[in-house]
Parts: sequence; structure tokens; C-alpha cells
Amino acid sequence: MLGFINWIASLLIGLLALLLVTFAFTHIASIDPVIRIVGDKASQATYDAKRAELGLDKPLPQQFLVYAGQVLRGDLGTSWSTGQPVASDLVRVFPATFELATVAIIIGGTLGVGLGLLAGLWPGGWRDSLVRVISLLGYSVPIFWLGLLSLLLFYARLHWFGGPGRQDVAFEFTTERRTGMVLIDTWLSGDMGAFRDAISHIALPALVLAFYSLAGISRLTRTAVLEELGKEYVVTARAKGAGQFRIIFRHVLPNIRASVITVVALSYAVLLEGAVFTETVFAWPGIGRYLTISMFAADVPAILGGTLVIGVCFIILNTLTDLIVGGLDPRLKP
Amino acid sequence: MTMTAVSPRRLSLWQLASRSPSATAGATILALILFVAAFAPWLAPYDPYQQDINIRLAAPSAAHWLGTDGFGRDILSRLIYGTRPTLLIISLVAVVMAPLGTAIGIIAGYYGGIVERVLMRFTDIVMSFPRLILAFAFVAVLGPGLLNAALALALTSWPPYARQARIQTRTMRKSDYMAGAEMVGIRGPRLLFGHVLPMVLPSTIVRVALDLAGMVLIAAGLGFIGLGVRPPTAEWGTMVADGTPVIFDQWWVAATPGFAILIASLAFNLLADGLRDLLDPRHG
Repeated sequence: MLGFINWIASLLIGLLALLLVTFAFTHIASIDPVIRIVGDKASQATYDAKRAELGLDKPLPQQFLVYAGQVLRGDLGTSWSTGQPVASDLVRVFPATFELATVAIIIGGTLGVGLGLLAGLWPGGWRDSLVRVISLLGYSVPIFWLGLLSLLLFYARLHWFGGPGRQDVAFEFTTERRTGMVLIDTWLSGDMGAFRDAISHIALPALVLAFYSLAGISRLTRTAVLEELGKEYVVTARAKGAGQFRIIFRHVLPNIRASVITVVALSYAVLLEGAVFTETVFAWPGIGRYLTISMFAADVPAILGGTLVIGVCFIILNTLTDLIVGGLDPRLKP
Repeated sequence: MTMTAVSPRRLSLWQLASRSPSATAGATILALILFVAAFAPWLAPYDPYQQDINIRLAAPSAAHWLGTDGFGRDILSRLIYGTRPTLLIISLVAVVMAPLGTAIGIIAGYYGGIVERVLMRFTDIVMSFPRLILAFAFVAVLGPGLLNAALALALTSWPPYARQARIQTRTMRKSDYMAGAEMVGIRGPRLLFGHVLPMVLPSTIVRVALDLAGMVLIAAGLGFIGLGVRPPTAEWGTMVADGTPVIFDQWWVAATPGFAILIASLAFNLLADGLRDLLDPRHG
């Protein structure tokens, strides 16, 4: 119980700190919001009146409270470029990112843990070297470049996958939007052609993102497996005649699950960030692409709204991992 | 009985190199990149800014080894000059991030108590932030540019240094070595920076190498989405972005600068891997 209260406290502090950061960003912005509205030819009186109307003449703590209140009510301001409320823009684009990142983490998590096991069980062999090279490349490759090259090769040259975007134009306007996640929506629509088309579109960006998460997951799994295999109880199990298969699935995996879950959950959070590049390259209409477009247009409310949403997901995932891992591994209980 | 000082055996450069081929490979590539950056004007076959619309998007040839971009500028020359902003941005990040984090960690670890709790809570909070997005938002809001980008990255990436330095300082606080130093009257900043810091430094350096690999990618990413150095400055990430619209036809325009980014990041990763193996045999 105490652990849970502690958890809630650190979550709230984290979220409050994030809110302080985005609030600070509005005040260091190089664009004066008053001048943006009244123009630089307005008289001082007009300027002051507008400034008072926006509440910018109030002391900073009071302004922060007003800002925090707005955010809590779900009001993230109005986008300067689209003129729409930022919150409704974000609700529209978020499912696409969620879908992409989830598919990516399922692929990346499975492959990463598998490769990590492979390397950890046969350390020093060719499998280990292969995994090491893959993870080194995963750490070093610029993901936007990998995305571009994979589009070039697998879409433009080999025609294995669908191109940029989530659907072909033929299906784009026939699929009814229910969840905002294109795989689910096309499945529900019953049009299998549309569903296959959606898969062929999501595959490439998801694979690229998965590769991005694979490096960290496989490396950590390898280290954990190696460490666990060196323990005495494994030697005992072997002495009692347990086979390799039994040792891995009965003994090693349950004992390293806490570290594996941690790294997969943290990678999932990082994928939400990595989506910024992938979505830009693959024209994937998610939060990442929304952010890059807003950043390019210096659309401050949209940038901060998007940052806030990703930040909240990030912090929740981070703290949630601590909680889950604490429950799984009694040694880590506070 | 004579006392022999226990000191790590000094290894010659050659011995070090044979112990860790990956560190050697990384260091060699980095030295090469530094060399290219320093002597860019002599190495580049053309002026990286000279446009020639007649030969725009030319394929690699004897005259232009890596072809030309959308303005007819020589890609090889731009790649060579592109080493400069990349190195500048990551060095700026390194000189802010590592000392800031290490100082916070040492102070927290040494003084303990409330100081430690406040500083580490703060560190945990910053650590749980999405650093890429925050850095990008910071640059987007403040205006693009190399200095803003470096500052944003440094301000969000110091926490691991603080955590690491704090743990090391704490384990050292009770050591005879520290007691000895305090007994002869060394305290305050001189104790922290003369006696604690040197013990924390090796692991900090490994971490810097590791982090810089990621910084190369993030810096390039900033350029790619248009938040890096201003055009027409040759910068690898921006060059990839320039090549994006023509990726299906003139793929080399985006492919070559991306490859340069990969090599630079790989060099830091190899160096960090090797250094870690050298300093910590457990990872061998």
C-alpha cells in the first residue's frame, strides 16, 4: 500500500514538473503571443489591452494556475496554423501513433528477446556476434534514413509493401472510422481487401520502428540471460538432469522477466518519441507527424500540446514499469 | 617487508589496441572524422555552397564522386563540410551535460541527507521526461539553430551522469582513502573535485562516448525535420531531408549523408563498447 502511495506521489510530481516545463516554454517562446494577434504596428494601448485580456499581465504563479486548470479540463489552446482546438487535433491523430507503436513493440519485443536469448545461450559464438552487430547497427542507424531506404527498396523497387500513408486512396474514403486505428477499422468493416492493404502499409514503418527498439531489448536480454545462467541454481538444475529447454523456460525466463519487462516498457515509451521520425518519413498521420508539422510552422500551442501528451504517456509508462516490476520481483520491493 | 604500491599496470598504446579492436576501430574512425573536419577546405574538391543548376541531381561520376544535390552542389564536398556542425553540436552537448550531471551526483552523494534527496528527486523527474521531444519542442519554440539545439539536448540528458556519480561517491564516502584526505585537512571543493572526481571520471567518460553516439543521431534528426543549423550550411541531417523528395529517383542524395551519420554514430558506439570492456572486465 505504501508502495502504491509512493508511486502515485512520484507520478503526480513527474506530471506537475512536465507541466511546469511546458509552461516555461510558452514564456521563453521567441514569438510574442500578443504581437502575433495585434501585429507589430498596434499602439501600446491596444497591446496592453490584449495582453491583459490574455492574462499575461498577471504574476507568473497565477498564470501557471490558470494554465494548469485549462490543461486539466482538456483545453490545450487553439492551434495557430489549423485554427482548431489542439486537444481535438490530438485526439484525432493519437490512435494512429498508438497503433504503429504497439505493432512495432510487439515485433521488436519478440525479436529482441528472442535474439537476446540466442546470444546469451551461446555466448562468444557466431550467433552472439550476429546479435552484437545487429544491436550495434540498431543503436547507430539514423531511423529516418533507414525509413527512406526501406521505402526505396521494399516499396518502390520490390513492391513488397504499401507506400507512405496508412491506406491506398482506393480504400481511404470507404473505411468507416470507429477506433481511429486502421487495422481494427478495416477489420470491422469486413472488407478484407482493405484490411490486407492496411497491413501492407503499416508493415514497413512498424518494422523500421521495431528495429529501433530491438537493439536495447536484445542487448539487455543477453546480459540478463548470461548473468542468470552463471548462478548456482542453474548448475544444480543441470546436475539434476534438466535440459536446456527446461532451464530456459522454467528457470531463466521467470527470473529475468522483471528486467525484460522494464526494457520493453521503456522501449515502448521511446517508440512514441521515435514515431516523430518514422511518421514524417512514412507520411503516417499520427502525433509525431503532427508535431513535426507544427514545429516547422512554429505553432507553439500545437507543439506544447503534443509534447504534453507524449510526455504524459512517457511518464506514466516509466512509473508504471516501476510498479509492475516491484510486484513481480519481491527483491525490488521498497 | 617492503610496501609496493598497487597501481594498474600501464599499457602501451599497442597493447591497448590489441585488447579492444572495437575501441581501436571507433577511435580510428573518429580521428579520421576530426581530421576531415579540421582540413575540410583542403580536402573538399568543390566549394560546398557553389550552385550549378545545369548539373543538378547528377549521378555519381568521375567529376562528382557522390553526385550533386538539387542545387547542383557537390555532395562529397558538403559531406566533408558537414562534419563540422555535427562535431560542434555534440562537443557543446558533452561539455555541458557531463560536468553538470557529475557535479550534481557528487554533491548529492557526498553530502547525503536532505541535499541528496532533493537533488536525486529532481534527477529522477528530469530522467522520466521524454528528452527527444522536449529538446525538439525547446528548439521549435526558441527558434532553430545550433546553439539552442545543443542546449536543449544537454539540459535533458545529464541525469544518468548524476545517478552514476552519486552511487560511486556514496560507496567512496566511507573509504579509508577519503578519511585519509579529510584527516590531512582537505575538504570542501578541493576534496570533491581533487579526490572524488578523479574516481568518478572513468565511467563518466565511457558514458559520454555512449551518449554522443545517440547525440549524433538526434542532432541529425533535428536537421532532418528542419530545426538544425540554418541552410545553406552543409549538415548531414538537413542533407538527408533535401534528398527526401527525390529518394525514388536520385536516391544517392539522401543515402550518402545518412550513411555518414551512421558511420559517425557507429564510431562512438564502438569506442564506448571497447572502453567499457577495457575498464570493466565483467562486460567482456
